[in-house]
Formats: sequence, structure tokens, C-alpha cells
Amino acid sequence: MNVTEALEGKRICICGGSGGVGKTTTAAAIAMGAAAEGKKVAVVTIDPARRLANALGLEELGNEPHLVDAKLFEAAGLPMKGELWAMMLDPKRTFDEVIEQLAPDEKTRDDVLGNRIYQQLSSAVAGSQEYTAIAKLYELDQDHDFDLLVLDTPPSRNALDFLDAPDRLTQFFEGRALQVFLRPTGLAARVMGRGTGMVFGVLKRVTGVDLLQDLSVFFRAIGGMIDGFKERAVQVNKLLADPQTVFLLVTSPEREPIDEAIYFWRKLKAARMPFGGVIVNRVHHDLLGDADPGDVAAELSGELGDKLAQRVAENFRDYHVLAERDRRNIERLESKLARPRVITIPYLDEDVHDIEGLTRIHRFLFATDERRRDLLDEVVA
Amino acid sequence: MLRVRAESSRAGYTLPAMTALLDKRLVFVTGKGGVGKSTVAVALGLLAARRGLRTIVAEVAHQDRVAKVFGRDDSQFREVEIAEGLYTISIDPQHAIDEYLRLQLPVKTLADLLSGSRMFQYFAAATPGLSELVTMGKVWELAQLERRTRDAARYDLVILDAPATGHGVATMRAPKTFADIARVGPIANQGRAIHAMITDRESTGVVVVALPEEMPVNETLSLRDSLRDGLGLELDRVIVNGVYEQRFGGRDATALQRAADTAGTPTARAAVRAALSEHLRARGQREQMARLEEGTGSAPVLLPFLFEPDLDLSAYERLSERLEAEL
Repeated sequence: MNVTEALEGKRICICGGSGGVGKTTTAAAIAMGAAAEGKKVAVVTIDPARRLANALGLEELGNEPHLVDAKLFEAAGLPMKGELWAMMLDPKRTFDEVIEQLAPDEKTRDDVLGNRIYQQLSSAVAGSQEYTAIAKLYELDQDHDFDLLVLDTPPSRNALDFLDAPDRLTQFFEGRALQVFLRPTGLAARVMGRGTGMVFGVLKRVTGVDLLQDLSVFFRAIGGMIDGFKERAVQVNKLLADPQTVFLLVTSPEREPIDEAIYFWRKLKAARMPFGGVIVNRVHHDLLGDADPGDVAAELSGELGDKLAQRVAENFRDYHVLAERDRRNIERLESKLARPRVITIPYLDEDVHDIEGLTRIHRFLFATDERRRDLLDEVVA
Repeated sequence: MLRVRAESSRAGYTLPAMTALLDKRLVFVTGKGGVGKSTVAVALGLLAARRGLRTIVAEVAHQDRVAKVFGRDDSQFREVEIAEGLYTISIDPQHAIDEYLRLQLPVKTLADLLSGSRMFQYFAAATPGLSELVTMGKVWELAQLERRTRDAARYDLVILDAPATGHGVATMRAPKTFADIARVGPIANQGRAIHAMITDRESTGVVVVALPEEMPVNETLSLRDSLRDGLGLELDRVIVNGVYEQRFGGRDATALQRAADTAGTPTARAAVRAALSEHLRARGQREQMARLEEGTGSAPVLLPFLFEPDLDLSAYERLSERLEAEL
């Protein structure tokens, strides 16, 4: 398989996976490749490497995508038939925008935006980055005419946070909890002086009354938006499960990220969300085969001298250990997936931090399986 | 060279004299996702326990990574001894809230009344940041000389395997945020007490783990800024994981370049190619470590890349010995 196949008939591509596996660069390379093929593509990155952000001109403010100059890609040897738009997500600002859209009036909007509990919610709470990433995706889908949206996901320690966190936040906004506070006899009313119940008295004793007051102001203000949040949650879930959406999982070949990718895949399957494939970055390929590292040293010693040849052989043996590990982990991954759809990208000598680097990854992502084998030979042998 | 500027005082920033890391009561281990925070937390824990400190490595919400290293499955909010003098606990917010209530309310029936009530469940679920707050509360409790939970013994050192950078700082800030909002009352008092402890350099230290790559280095530097601006905290140590030793120097590389074309068999050529890769990657790493040192104004502690399929307990032991030599 390759990315072109995985994206066929898709409008939205979500790159998921645990932190530190190269999600951002993979997402950027996918978007770049789809744009080269002729689509109008927007990529939402979460936290790109500074040099890559510079290369794509991502440091502009605005929280909106902007067009990347096609000449940059042509200079790196990749002609652009379509357009690549790129942006860097600003979670706090995105959350504020959601409130602005959903607030029934200016006063409610200002009450919420100025509330300290809200400020905590919008910037600090686990899950707010995940929630806003999806909110941004939804907004771009609604308000723009891109052929393809590519979403990089937040660098959660646990890949699943991305799927769980928006739901947790949504449940909060859906109001089951909120309504308890907003009922005529609910917490908000009691804080304002009418509360006498036993439970409430104990709660007040634990938290202090000021905190309850701030909370109730927050709950009241946000209460007017419950329906808006509910409606939006339904729409967002529809979007994620849409047949025109695809999840590509990104991982590295170590045990833990592979475990997470398998877990993530199960979770997607259970939630009936569309799975497109797994991209395994930084794979060490076995080049030793059945050969003996000792023979390698002997063969090279004439040319390199005994000592250097010995070190070359030791280094080769060490790489072989990693290649074996990677092979076993990828086999395990393939055995768990119902349909093994895996693209492997070799461990390149240099980190990707510019458009030229993106094109190196891009070649592997968009090549046919056969062509990818040839590319691998070029790179490693 | 990397380790020469330990005493540097560039850009007006002098590395303050500090209590040695393991003499503190509480050490946060944070860093970008995927850099090996848990590995470093466990290695530090092993080192501390070996020095005779009764040590606990605490992790947050459903990780149980530490316990797994020692072949345990699930520590479930219990303090479990995993090696001599070394304990672990997995802190989940629900247990932490229940425990907090029992500590705040001297009468058990009142605590049960509250934690059992639907209104309280909703309150807990709906209050943004409450999970972070009670997590910090539990960490603080673990680090108390007089433990507040019943039958709990004192630890000499608490190591928190903290959430990744952004959320890590938010978690550490939660007590202050709540203290500011609540102003008076038990949460305000406790929030202030926790905040006072974690901002006291005598008792609390912050270790940031990085990899010698661009992104983790960037994140380490921006984490340093947000800890300073948001909490008034300074980094005590930066630990770089996965460092390649320099196997091939510049002259070697020249010889290898030549051999890459002339070596006879494909296997020999591949071996030469792997050596050249190693040379390039090690060089890339050194550039990043130089940036890190330049940015933080002090030399990071380096842990070697281990060419092993999986890190087992003996690998953690070796890393902890390496830390011992460096700390």
C-alpha cells in the first residue's frame, strides 16, 4: 500500500500515534505529497520543529492556514500541481473561538472568557489540546473548500488520549454534570445563599466558598451554550466516523509505540472509525542476513586497517540487533491488524527539518511497494 | 567539547548553588513525550535506593510502567515495594479525590457521604483541573515527613514520573491556580502549602529528560522558560537519553567514504554504510547537545544509547550506575 491509496476518496486524514514518533513531519509530508498530486490541501500541525516551521512559514500568527509558496517545493525537486496550506494550532485561541461562536450574547461570551476556571480549562487541562485540534478540523471542514485536511495530533504520552479526551470534554459540555448545578435547586443556586443540604454543607467545608462561587459563575455562563456544544459534538463525531475520513497511525518500531499503535487500532475498530494504515518511521533494516560480522571485519581490514574494520563490524552487529528488534515488532504489528497495511520508512541519517527532508520521507510514503524496495536499496546499501 | 562549561554564566543566568538532587525530598522528571522519562525516573529511583534512601517512584494515571519493569502488573494506588528500598505507586485522580476527602473530613461518615453523593461526583467531573490538583496533592502527601495517610511510612525521596512537558507544567501549576481562585478555605490553604513546597529549591528538584534531537531540545528550552515564568522554578538537571558514543572520527569517515564504493561484497558495503550512518547521526546528536548546553548554560548529563531490543532490569541498573557517576 501507499499513501495515495490510503487517501483515495478521503477528505480528512488524521495522523495519530504516541509522542516522539515523527507524527508532525509525517503529516506534513503526506499533505505535501497530496498537494503535489493536484489537491488543495491544508495541514494543521500541533508543534512543528522550529526549522520546519520556518521552512513552511508557520510562525505567522492568525490560527488560520496560509498558502505555502510552491516555489519552495519546486526548488526541492517536487513540482506542485495543487496547493499546500499550512497552520500551527493555537489551542487557547481555538477554544476562545469556539466560545465566541457558541455564546448566545456578548455578555455570556465575556463572562466565560474572563472566568479563571475557564482559563484553566482552555489551556491547562489534560485533553484541551486534543479537543481544540478536532474543533479546528471541524471548522476548516465547515468554512473552507479544501480537497483534503491533514491533522497532526497532540503529542500525548498515550496515543489514546487523542480519542478519549475530546469525549471526556464533550461529556462535560453535554451537560449531565452541568445540569446538576444549574437546576433551580442545584449547586449554583445553593452557592448564592439558599443551600442548606447536608452534602452541600460538607462540600463547602472542603472547598471553601469562593471556589464554589467562581465555579457557579462559570457553570451558569457556560450553561447557555450546552445545546451548542451538544450539537457540535454530534457533528464532530459524525465527521470522525465519516467514510471520507481516514486515520493513519504513525509509530516507531520500538515495543511501546508499536503496542500503542495496536491498541489505538483496536480502539478505532471498536468505535467504527475508518483506519487507513500504519506508517512505521525510523526502521533499521537487516543487511547482515546470514553473514558473520567476523567475516565483514576480515574483508574490510585490508582497506580500512584491522582496528577500524573491527569497529565497523561491531557497529554492524549492533545495528543488526536493532534491525532484528524492528523486524519482530513490525511482524507483531502486522499479525494483529486484520488487514496488514504497513508502510515502513528507513532510519535516515539526518533528522527532517526542512522541505528537502520532507521530500525524502515523501518518496517512501507515496511510492508503490516495489518502488519503495528500490528506494530502500538506494538509501541503505 | 561538551562538559567544559558547567560553571558558565551566560546571558545573566548563573546556575545557582543547589542541594544535590538526591538530597531533595521531591524530584519531578518531565520532558517531551517519547524521550524516556520513565526510564530516567526508574534509574534515578534505583540509584537513590542503592544509596540507602527509602524512595518511591510515583507515576500518573494508568501508566504502571514502573511496576512493569519489575514484572508487576498493577500498583493501583497502593505503595508497592519493587526492590529493596524502592517503591512505586500509580496515582489516579479518583482514588486521590477519595483520599483527599477522608483527610479533610475527620469523620469518616462525612467523607463517605460526600464521595458517595451524585452531586459530588458531578462536581468532581465538571471542575476543570481538579484531577491535576488532587494528583499534586497526593505527590505532596507522599513527600511529607509526617505522612497523613494511616500507617504510611516516611520516604526520603519521592520521584514523580510527571506528564509530558505542556501538561506537566499545567499539573505543577494546578495547586497555585486553585489557591488563587479559592482565596480562603481548605483548598486554598492546601494549594498554597503544595505550591510552597514545589517552589522551594531545597526540597524540590526538576529534571528534564531530552533526546539529542531538535524537537526535544527545543521543548527542553521552552519548558525551562515556562517553568521559570509560570512557577518561578529552575531546572536542576537536564538528562539526555540515547546518546551515541563517537565510534568514528573525521579521519575514519574519510576512509569509510572511500571504502563505501570499493568494498567487495554487498554485506561489506552495507557494514561501511552503517558505520557512516552512525558517524553522521552521532555528529547530528553532538550539534543538538551543543545547542542544549548553549541554551541552558550548563552541561547535560548524558546516558548512552543501548543497542538492545528491550530495556530489562539490568539495563536500568546500568543506566542508574551511569547516573551515579554523573550526578
